[in-house]
Amino acid sequence: MRWGCFWLGGQWLLGLLLALQSIGFVYAQSPTDVGFAATVGALCAATFDEKNKIVEQIVQRGHPSAQPTLTALLEDRLYCRNQDQRVFLIKPAAEDAPTLNLIDPLTLKDAGSASSDDVTRIVTNNHLRRLLETVLARFGLSSPKSSVRLQAVKELERDLNEGNVQLLRERSAVETNSKVKKEIAIGLALASMDSSDARERLAAISVLEGSLRQDVLNRLQAVVEKSANGTFVESDEHVRKAAAKAIESIESRRSFYSGIQTVLFGLSLGSVLVLIAIGLAITFGVMGVINMAHGELMMLGAYSTYVVQLLMPSYIGSSILVAVPVAFLVSGLMGILIERTIIRFLYGRPLETLLATFGVSLILQQLVRSVFTALNREVKTPDWMSGTLQLNEALAITYNRLYILIFTLIMFAALLLVLKKTRIGLEIRAVAQNRAMAKAMGIRSEWVDAITFGLGSGIAGIAGVALSQVTNVNANLGQSYIIDAFLVVVFGGVGSLWGAMVAGLLMGVVDQLLQPYAGAVLAKIFVLIALILFIQARPRGLFPATGRAAESQ
Amino acid sequence: MSVHGKRLYIEDVTVSFDGFKALDKLTLYVDPGELRCIIGPNGAGKTTMMDVITGKTRPDGGTVWFGDKLNLLALSEPEIAQAGIGRKFQKPTVFEALTVFENLELALAGGKTFLDTLLARPSRQQVERIDEVLEKIGLTEHREALGAILSHGQKQWLEIGMLLMQDPELLLIDEPVAGMTPHEIERTAQLLRALEGTHSVVVVEHDMDFVRSIAKRVTVLHEGRVLAENYMSVVQSDPRVVEVYLGG
Amino acid sequence: MQRPRSYALWLGGVRDPGSKWFLGSLLALSVVIAALNLLVPDSSALHVSRYGLTLVGKYLCYAMLALAVDLIWGYCGILSLGHAAFFSLGGYAIGMYLMREIGPRGVYGDPVLPDFMVFLNWKSLPWFWHGFNHFAFAVLMVIVAPGAMALVFGWFAFRSRVTGVYFSIITQALTYALMLAFFRNDMGFGGNNGFTDFKDILGFNLDSDRTRVVLLVITAVMLGASYIACRAIVCSRAGRVLRAIRDAESRTRFLGYRVESFKLWVFVFSAVLAGIAGALYVPQIGIINPSEFSPINSIEVVIWVAVGGRGTLYGAIAGAILVNYAKTYFTSALPEVWNYALGALFVLVTLFLPRGIVGLFHLTTRKRAGKPRKNKDTKTFVVPAETSEAPSE
Repeated sequence: MRWGCFWLGGQWLLGLLLALQSIGFVYAQSPTDVGFAATVGALCAATFDEKNKIVEQIVQRGHPSAQPTLTALLEDRLYCRNQDQRVFLIKPAAEDAPTLNLIDPLTLKDAGSASSDDVTRIVTNNHLRRLLETVLARFGLSSPKSSVRLQAVKELERDLNEGNVQLLRERSAVETNSKVKKEIAIGLALASMDSSDARERLAAISVLEGSLRQDVLNRLQAVVEKSANGTFVESDEHVRKAAAKAIESIESRRSFYSGIQTVLFGLSLGSVLVLIAIGLAITFGVMGVINMAHGELMMLGAYSTYVVQLLMPSYIGSSILVAVPVAFLVSGLMGILIERTIIRFLYGRPLETLLATFGVSLILQQLVRSVFTALNREVKTPDWMSGTLQLNEALAITYNRLYILIFTLIMFAALLLVLKKTRIGLEIRAVAQNRAMAKAMGIRSEWVDAITFGLGSGIAGIAGVALSQVTNVNANLGQSYIIDAFLVVVFGGVGSLWGAMVAGLLMGVVDQLLQPYAGAVLAKIFVLIALILFIQARPRGLFPATGRAAESQ
Repeated sequence: MSVHGKRLYIEDVTVSFDGFKALDKLTLYVDPGELRCIIGPNGAGKTTMMDVITGKTRPDGGTVWFGDKLNLLALSEPEIAQAGIGRKFQKPTVFEALTVFENLELALAGGKTFLDTLLARPSRQQVERIDEVLEKIGLTEHREALGAILSHGQKQWLEIGMLLMQDPELLLIDEPVAGMTPHEIERTAQLLRALEGTHSVVVVEHDMDFVRSIAKRVTVLHEGRVLAENYMSVVQSDPRVVEVYLGG
Repeated sequence: MQRPRSYALWLGGVRDPGSKWFLGSLLALSVVIAALNLLVPDSSALHVSRYGLTLVGKYLCYAMLALAVDLIWGYCGILSLGHAAFFSLGGYAIGMYLMREIGPRGVYGDPVLPDFMVFLNWKSLPWFWHGFNHFAFAVLMVIVAPGAMALVFGWFAFRSRVTGVYFSIITQALTYALMLAFFRNDMGFGGNNGFTDFKDILGFNLDSDRTRVVLLVITAVMLGASYIACRAIVCSRAGRVLRAIRDAESRTRFLGYRVESFKLWVFVFSAVLAGIAGALYVPQIGIINPSEFSPINSIEVVIWVAVGGRGTLYGAIAGAILVNYAKTYFTSALPEVWNYALGALFVLVTLFLPRGIVGLFHLTTRKRAGKPRKNKDTKTFVVPAETSEAPSE
């Protein structure tokens, strides 16, 4: 930080000031303080141009309170008191309150309060904010936290003037954190691209080649462009060649990561499909029952999430974790009810169960519409699920989709575990493979049927919880996904859990891969047609299963 | 071939599934117009033999000839059916929603495409033929009855009737009397005896009384080979057969 | 030689009173309604309004659609959950003709381009719109479009032996895909608004009662003709083969019938019937849009047939009219209740009325006529056989 050269009355005052600073109390207003206060005070009535100048002045003066004050200005927390035109900061997150707590910009201490009518916010414009960002970035360069420093470097890169470049160079010499160092190197390299020395430019290109950033790519592409009259912008051929090579390298890596991103996104979309389809794979595959109400059971799960959030409004973070078992129970019990009252009488008649469960789906939809109205219901995303995970400059995935993907895998594993390792899982599989034999062994097959259907329905409910995070929650939620769910099951092979997993993920990925070329709707249509053709080539799906349902077809 | 004039020649036929020999150099002949019974314990290869004849299974070795000219191993299943070999499976499948008459009508020879059947009207001859067969299988009084109301035995006869509609030279009948009442068994025996002479019939059965009542010559299969082949009375007292059947 | 009973079911025979009643009442109904609209003054309570005409026309078109579904489902066991797609394709075909007929009378006044194309800034008519200014061509397309779609789809499906539930699910996928496609604005079919604001057909103003009455009568005639055609198929040997396929497919194949070919024929015929029904529907309703393709529409058709009683033809017609009448009544009086009612209908009919209303009717008649009759020729007693009905599946 540069100190102004404002000496008044000799070194003893400076000593006093320093001494006082070190104790942390500054009661007396030094002339620097006065100057600072005056400069800041001038913001009240300044035009934007004048504000720009004032900010630069404040920076030049280098007062310790400069940074918080300028930060406040950037964050719209700098206010002007109407009656005496004094400038104050206010505490963050209190802007809407009727009474504002004021902070003195000089001392950074509480200075009383005022009602929001008595103060006027000091407004900024884009230009001013840019200036503030750059200026504050310089402050950030020496922050103890590496993340702040990194941010500061990135900020400075946006305006690579002499001063900033100098700052960067200085910082680079002392920087210890490797990430920040790398970022500085790129910034410096970008600056070097404007150098007159070809070797410097060449050296800069070799540094930039390692980056994945779009702005770096743009800068390099500018090198190989021709200007309006046909000659190259860049005169040196070696530099051009190096740039071209670097461009190729960066682009290929970027498209690679972009491809991975598409696949990841496809996987996350697919994982939603998998969650939906797994419950169906159990009821369709194990029991031979076509449950057209499966979508509505999902919808019940989504609404359960909504209700849970209504009941615990201050614990949104854990609401999802609570909602999962709740949705499982709600949908599971509803499933058992449907099985006991309707489906049980229609075994062996899959087309009839299709129609009857369709009727149930209509009833459930109307029920939900009557209770919750036909409007969309807002389900909030908890904080820990918001935001994006940036893996590198070309690869990012939103947290909610990432968690859904992980959640799906966990659910799948759990389900496999239940089916393969528990007693009830054994009974389910036994009844599915040979009902008569299972009954002869003492297994109560009606009870197992109910439990199996309940299990499939419960999983539908859980899928509803996941869906509530990525789409609108309303009474038609089920209808939008039911066809996809059936197609996944039919594609994967009826009764096969692995089939549902592979098919769902595959469908999600293929849909995503097609979207950039065909657009969302056409991609969907194409997937549907491909599926229709596939089923005709392989009518039993990817992983044909044996068992009652398969044989009865 | 050293043997002539037969309707069916099965010579040295071998069929093995994963090392297990279902048929082991089986050699068997059927005369024209003969009514032959094939008996043997389970797993002896009776059904496999039928599968080989109709083309459902390909043997690993041996030859199968139909008459003196037709190599059955060179034909496909539908072609073998066209050539005049009819097979009746164990489980009767008649069309329950159609009447007995209509069931037989479906088995009529003639155009089997959609357009043919759309415009078809059974000619006088065809109706008479159906009535003939109805007579043979003893279902004349159930002419207009739905297949659904027939008893098990009647369904079996209807199925035989449907086979007969195609006028096959050789009938292969797999366990016709399983599940029948004694009265029905008696009538089935009558029915099959009536076919003798005009058709060659090969019947696979377990019910020894029934076999006794219809057969002249009986072939006993065991482990894919012919164990004994003679008149029923002789075969019955053959100690090898007795042993294999444990008193069958 | 005694003629087999089945041939007597054909209209030419004496013993088919049911069909005669049906066709007779259809004729009477159309005449009465036509009269009540054209001859009775507006003020009279007996007058049938334009709305009434439209409603009856709609019911009759739906009856035709239900007939088409019953033909393949009740008699051949092919459950198509996408038949509304064929209905809509026919509707769109006639719609294209009607749109071109608007000519310069549209909002934008373009003599060639329909309004929605002008709105999308299109400069010329897409290639597939050419020819639709001729009525005959449009009628041809009404038959060809659903027919070709059914032919291709069915050929692939039946050849690969896709049956039962799998088949039903992919028909849903088909209609869903079509719905998505037709919703797109750049497909050239009006996007999510579809076609509407028709002016006239063959020069006759669609807004006049007389035209509408004529359309209604034509619909009734087509329904009657479809019924006769379906009856002919069903009572012929082909119909018996279809039923054989429904009940025991491999056995039928074993008998030498090319099962795939039979299925394809009826499927295509049924699709064409549905397309014609759709083409009659659109001029009377005055609008067609992509939501007609929605999967739920196709499923509703199946419930009409199930309620009426599948495998009887007239059951399908009765079911279609009854259920849609109930829908009209409930959606205006108590819309919320309708969804519950429809859902409950699905459940109750499948649980308790596997043979539909017609089945109920037969139950009562059989109780009365259950005594054995003497067969004159053989002089034996024969328990009276029912007309060949579908067993429940």
